[in-house]
Amino acid sequence: MQAANSHRLTPYLFLAPAGLVLAVALLYPIGYMVYASFLDWNPSQKINEAAFVGLRNYANLLVDPAFRESLWVTIKFASVVVSLEMLLGVGLALLLDRKLRGMTLLRTLFILPMMIAPIVVGLMWRYMYHPTVGTFNRALKGLGLPPVEWLSDSNWALVSIIIADIWQWTPFIFILALAALQSLPKSAMEAARIDGATGWQQILHIKLPLMMPVLIVTCLLRLIDAFKVLEVVLVLTNGGPGLSTEILSLRIARTASEFRELGKAAAMSNYLLLFLMVLTLAMFFYSKATERRAARLRAEAEGAH
Amino acid sequence: MPEIVFEGVEKRYGAVRVLQPLDLTLADGEFTVLVGPSGCGKSTTLRILAGLETLSAGEIYFNGRPISRLDPKDRDIAMVFQDYALYPHMNIAKNMSFALRLQRRPKAEINAKVRQVASMLNIAHLLDRKPGELSGGQRQRVAMGRALVRDAGTFLFDEPLSNLDAKLRAKMRTELAEMRDRIDKNMVYVTHDQVEAMTLGDRIVVMDGGVIQQQGTPKELFEKPVNQFVAGFIGSPTMNFLKGELIEDHGRLFVAGDGYRLALGDGARQRIAATNAREVVVGIRPSSFSSRADAGSAIDLKVVVAEYLGASTVLATRCGSSDVLVELSSEELPRVGDRVSYAVKSEAIFVFDAKSGKTL
Repeated sequence: MQAANSHRLTPYLFLAPAGLVLAVALLYPIGYMVYASFLDWNPSQKINEAAFVGLRNYANLLVDPAFRESLWVTIKFASVVVSLEMLLGVGLALLLDRKLRGMTLLRTLFILPMMIAPIVVGLMWRYMYHPTVGTFNRALKGLGLPPVEWLSDSNWALVSIIIADIWQWTPFIFILALAALQSLPKSAMEAARIDGATGWQQILHIKLPLMMPVLIVTCLLRLIDAFKVLEVVLVLTNGGPGLSTEILSLRIARTASEFRELGKAAAMSNYLLLFLMVLTLAMFFYSKATERRAARLRAEAEGAH
Repeated sequence: MPEIVFEGVEKRYGAVRVLQPLDLTLADGEFTVLVGPSGCGKSTTLRILAGLETLSAGEIYFNGRPISRLDPKDRDIAMVFQDYALYPHMNIAKNMSFALRLQRRPKAEINAKVRQVASMLNIAHLLDRKPGELSGGQRQRVAMGRALVRDAGTFLFDEPLSNLDAKLRAKMRTELAEMRDRIDKNMVYVTHDQVEAMTLGDRIVVMDGGVIQQQGTPKELFEKPVNQFVAGFIGSPTMNFLKGELIEDHGRLFVAGDGYRLALGDGARQRIAATNAREVVVGIRPSSFSSRADAGSAIDLKVVVAEYLGASTVLATRCGSSDVLVELSSEELPRVGDRVSYAVKSEAIFVFDAKSGKTL
């Protein structure tokens, strides 16, 4: 009995180091942040000197116009960026899912932007957006068109960071969509051809629906990332002009470092975390439920024989 | 329902020729089975007919109209795939009606058609399930249903039963045979299983190495195989082959080899006289042996294993250094280790040229 018990515990013994690392590296900071969000805490204070204010930080944020503006900018940025990237990435994958000479090279080139450090991407685009010597305005001038205030016009600034983000992250969706396409069951596609589906109808009725599970996960990953975007915006506009490009993570960073309100910054982070967690969990439970339903019905069908 | 004619159809992948120039005529309303070992070109032939592969040379005609450049959808065909190829995201009703919906047929007509085919195949209660929720046999029926709903002129089957277990396969085979008699369409069926070919086909086309070896009714193939390959492929258990030599003795023709000497009939003698073959292979079906000594020339065998199958028993025996299978009724069983002598009628002895494999 004793021996059996210790045998049953052995796996947990081996798991313990990993669990410990996870607890220290992941759960501790999150717990720390959650606790901090209930405090009125200035960076000059030690954490145990800060006053406990309960949910006041959260309540204040809900009516803080700067936070709401920042949230709105983030939502605008994330939804535009992710929808355009999905459209372009999936479109490219559908176009390039074929045997062409030099395809391997082309695919590698396509995914290059993704591999560049975001700070570098920001710097690169800042030069290209430069009002006088930047590539874009020189090109516009060459075509006889008036220059555009890419980063200093509050209407254009958000568009400019959206363009830069699309340039960098469309390849991510492209490679995942391409992988999904290439793992689709070949015979179902052939069956569709025989059933009379044209190229467009195959895409619409067969390919896209079958890719959907992968696309949903891809979209979710991009959405999470887009909500947390920081570096490129930091380098390109630093949130300006005004608050026009101040996305949430920038607002959080400034609240912590410039406004010196650590409790409020933590509360903001938690709002973001909660929002993303709800998204992820909803997705997770939905896919679990459909899987379980399919497995149950299949078991019934096999049993009926 | 067109008459389908293959004229010099060829398929090459680079330098590899997987289909030699192939001529074949499939008559209107016929159930044709393409059968052969894997890699013989039967599936390629079917896929070229379906339009899923292009041909490298030659042409296919439907009622005299060349169709090799047409899209699959313009060929008036329906196909059942080996792995069923159902659309996993659509329910069964949607799967079956996909082609009709693409043609924008009226809803009422589509529903009626789907329901009619579904009840014929006993899958009417599954219409709102997804393919992933069905058993293998049910999926198989849905795949058939999807093809039947189309009402196409030609049905193509690519090894439709090979993913089922043995019991279910036998059942579906019977159902298919029944369906074949009810539906007056061209059917082209690819299989590697000669039992399926024999039970289903009006006509069987035996292929090997990208070449048609022989075509004919099941009876013709069984009784008059043109070469050793066809003789060995058709029939179960498979035909026994023994190396031998032709010998003339007192005006009679014998074939003799390691441990046996069999007399050939006059018909065989005349046919063989026309050739100058000496080295031959003798073919005897396991069912052609008889324990009655007066039923033909005798062959001595040593029993190695007896496989009792109920009504009949298959004996694995040895004749000289070759293995010989004998199928007998279970009433007259020898014991393992016995030496036995069975008679073979001269009509039941096939003689093949040892070099070309052709039937003599």
